[in-house]
Formats: sequence, structure tokens, C-alpha cells
Amino acid sequence: MTNPNLTRLRRSMMFLNAQKPGLIKDPYIYKPDSIMLDLEDAVAENQKDAARYSLYHALKEIDYRGVERVVRINGLETAHWKEDVRVCVAGRCDSIRISKCESAKDVHVVEEEMRKAEEEFGVEHGSILIMAALESTKGVLNALEICEASPLLFGIALSGGDYTKDLQTVISGTGVEFAWARGQMINAARCAGKQCFDTVFTNLDDMEGFRRETEMIKAMGFDGKSIVNPRQISVCHEVFTPTEKQIIQAEKIVKEVDEKKAQGIGVFTVDGKMIDIAFYPGAKRTIELAKAAGVYEGDL
Amino acid sequence: MEVLRTAMAGTLESSDAQVTVEPGEGKVELDIESSVINQFGRKIKATVEETLERLGVDNVKVKVVDKGALDCTLKARVEGAVFRASGYSEDEICEGKKLPWGGAIR
Repeated sequence: MTNPNLTRLRRSMMFLNAQKPGLIKDPYIYKPDSIMLDLEDAVAENQKDAARYSLYHALKEIDYRGVERVVRINGLETAHWKEDVRVCVAGRCDSIRISKCESAKDVHVVEEEMRKAEEEFGVEHGSILIMAALESTKGVLNALEICEASPLLFGIALSGGDYTKDLQTVISGTGVEFAWARGQMINAARCAGKQCFDTVFTNLDDMEGFRRETEMIKAMGFDGKSIVNPRQISVCHEVFTPTEKQIIQAEKIVKEVDEKKAQGIGVFTVDGKMIDIAFYPGAKRTIELAKAAGVYEGDL
Repeated sequence: MEVLRTAMAGTLESSDAQVTVEPGEGKVELDIESSVINQFGRKIKATVEETLERLGVDNVKVKVVDKGALDCTLKARVEGAVFRASGYSEDEICEGKKLPWGGAIR
């Protein structure tokens, strides 16, 4: 059976240090679509073990009320990641985020380790999904093969800090340093039928800048954004949720296309705008997004 | 499990607990400090004792400084300290020593 989480709504994916009880005890009150419990960069090298015990009990005992629980594991170049996979599977998280993913092989290696852990802990294969963080020039160049590496992989995410280091530049605030990576990644993700997520915006005092960047990546086709603070959730959701006007328009298009198709008419107008079958998938997506976001009240 | 050396896990941040274990003198000795000791002292004690029992630890001195930790955090910190004290450092885990998720850790 296909895991329904493959295509779930992921407008906001909020990073939380798995080692910090104060952060992971009740993030659902802010209603992000996903939380990313971090075993990697946020956790000091001498606390990697403690973070896993904390993660395990949080996964088993805290009711996150439908918020997706993604765990970011340590990079495959470290000695930590295999035990990370074991605790993720034993704790039955929803998804595993592969750090510094550079190739399809990286995805296969993690999936193989997941299989072993699933067998050990009696977890059904396919119940835990995978996402890949692309953090290097090589990873971004290989975006398509990564997207196509596994049916369990639901999407890819740009990780801007490490990527700019690899590019030998810095985060400018204009987005110019990410232009190619974002274009390449969304193109690859859509080509493979996967989701695509943008990097974090770390200047919490610049909410206007955050909104501009979120609107830009939405226009590019992205599904959501990694975030670092609950303050960013409402903006993210506002940008990624269709407006009433967009929903009404989409509804009209879907209904008209269905009706006209039955009558053998291929091209027609809706509110004075020429419409044909090419508008149908986009309109359907808008309705599905509105449904997932809980703002659709129609009958489609 | 045998507590072989002194080890600590956790912090003094809000919602956390700092747990220190050291080799005991033939029994379990608990020292609990908490700002909510009057309301939750008994519950904290029970959680720590249950966790030690699951881990098979019966010869230990435990010091808990609680800062309003949930049950799940208390368990995690006791386990963290005990495993660190019993030959399960991160280095040893990375070398292939597997932790008993879902077994003694649950």
C-alpha cells in the first residue's frame, strides 16, 4: 500500500534540536505541518547519544497531534548515522531526513540500513519515508538521480549554509547565490513527481525579507520551506495556502473542463479568460492544496 | 547493567533534568532536587526507580536535579547517564555496540 504521507501538505518544516526537552515537548501548539527533530548540526558532538534517548522517548510518548515527525540524522560521513537510523525506526518516526545527500547511492545506503532496522524492530517497510537534504554542489547536480532513487523518498530540500560554503560564496539576502540550485532542484523534483523544499531564512528580525523569499520560492513551484522559529509559520502558511479567489477560480475551471469535455468542447472562456485542458492539473492542485490546508468548503 | 564510573546526562535548562550516576554501595540511593518536589516528588522517584529497574541497575547512587522535566525526559536522562557509565559511550556505540531500543529502553 502506498504511504499517504508521500504527498502530504508540507508548507512549513520546523527544525528542533532533539536534545532540548523544552523545544520538543509541545511544538504542535504552533501548528507547523512538519517538525524536523535534529540529531545533526544542532546537537553538540558530545551529546549525540543523549539526543537519541531524548528523541526515542519523545517519539514514543508525546502526541504531536498529526504534525509530521521528520528526524534529521547525522551525515553518512560520520560514525553516528547508523545508530540514528536504528532509533528512528525503533521510535517509528514518520520520515528520515538524510543530511548532505549527494547521490542515489546515498539514498540506497540509508534505505538498506532502514530495512535492517525495520526487520529488527518489526516495522513495516514503507511506513517510514525518506527525504534528502542537498547541501553541496555535487548533491544539487545529482538532484534528479536522488529524486528517482527510491519510491520512499518524498522530496528534496536545499540546505543553504553548507551549499554556499561549497560554492565559495555567502548568503547575500538577494537569493542570487541560490538561483541555479533552486531552479535545478524544483525542476528535478517535479520531473520525478517529488516535493521540493527551500532552505531556512535565519534573520528572525527581517520578517518582510522572509515573506519576500517565501513568495518567490512559492512562485518557483516549491512546496514549502524549512523554518527555524515558530514566528515564521503563519507567513509560510499564508503564502502557501491558496486564496479564496484562487480557489473559486480553480473550482470554476475544474467544473467547466469536466462539463465541456463531456460536450466535446476543448477551448472555452471562464470569467473572460481563455481556458483549455492545460489549466486543469493546476486547478486540481489548487483544490487539493486548499483541501489539505483545511480551507476548502466546496464539493469537488 | 553495572554502573562502572560516574556519568551525567541532561542540563539545568527549564523542562530538563540533570542526572548523575555513580557506582553504589550495594543498593539504589536516590537524591532528588526539584522545584516541584512537593507536587511531583513521588512521581519523579517512581519514574527514576522504574527506569533503573528496566535497565537492571541495582547498585547505584543517583542524583537528580529536576527543572520541570516530563516523564519521557526523566527516563531519557537516567538512561543517558546509566549507559554512559556502563560502557556505552558514543564512541563505543559508533563502533557497533547496539542500544536496546524497545527492550530495556522503553
